[in-house]
Amino acid sequence: MLAAIRPGDWNLPLLVHVAGAMLVVGGLVVVAAATVAGRRRDADAAALTRLAFRTLLLGVLPSYVLMRGGAEWIASKQEWGDPAWIGIGYATADGGLLLTIIATVVAWRGARAPRGGGVTVVAALAGVMLVAYVITVWAMTTKAG
Amino acid sequence: MYDWLLFLHVLAAFLVVAGVVAYGVVVLGSAGDAARRVLAAPARALWNVGGVGTLVLGVWLALYVDGYELWDAWILAAIVLWFVASAAGGPLSRGIRDAAAPRDRGRERVLFAVAALASAAILVDMIVKPGA
Repeated sequence: MLAAIRPGDWNLPLLVHVAGAMLVVGGLVVVAAATVAGRRRDADAAALTRLAFRTLLLGVLPSYVLMRGGAEWIASKQEWGDPAWIGIGYATADGGLLLTIIATVVAWRGARAPRGGGVTVVAALAGVMLVAYVITVWAMTTKAG
Repeated sequence: MYDWLLFLHVLAAFLVVAGVVAYGVVVLGSAGDAARRVLAAPARALWNVGGVGTLVLGVWLALYVDGYELWDAWILAAIVLWFVASAAGGPLSRGIRDAAAPRDRGRERVLFAVAALASAAILVDMIVKPGA
């Protein structure tokens, strides 16, 4: 297998895109861990719901902007056509934004409740997004299709 | 073969960053001991599995791909940075997971900063590939 060479001016947008994607996934892992644990630990449920909300609002959403902005930036460098891996990327990014917003609103409502709430919904949404993003990483790295 | 190696290598890098984010929430966040109890174990697992995965699969890729050699400057730099990150991540993990031990917040912050900066530098190195 020969090493692939890409133009040097793609490095910064690619770095922004990949770093943003990694931070999105890292934030979702924290949200999933906090909400799954929040279902089992009544004493910590309120604190963990607030942690999930803050992580979504201050971590996942800004990182999403980096990831998506980097994607558009690098997309502007060349005419890519319509390969499957780009379609998978757009589909999971757009769907992921919708699910992130829903999870943030649910976590916000839960964080305002004295004993927390909504952790099952937020945990499920985070899990769905993590699975989708693993598939997206596969599509992006293998350039599927 | 190349596609799977690259996918798993990149996925391992995602796990490392997820571990860094989880450590960051424990060390820098305001959620207190609840975050520590919940995130210490997954952070350690993500950091360790991702770290071993990036190194093993990265070396495998360097051997497999024509045009890359283990002694290329950018690959050597990544390996050195990997050891720097591991040297900070190990003690950070041990300090956080021992719930009975008193926490040294200043030391945790320094170790976290070293691990996070070294991981970020590896990412820059992997994308820019200086000298490749």
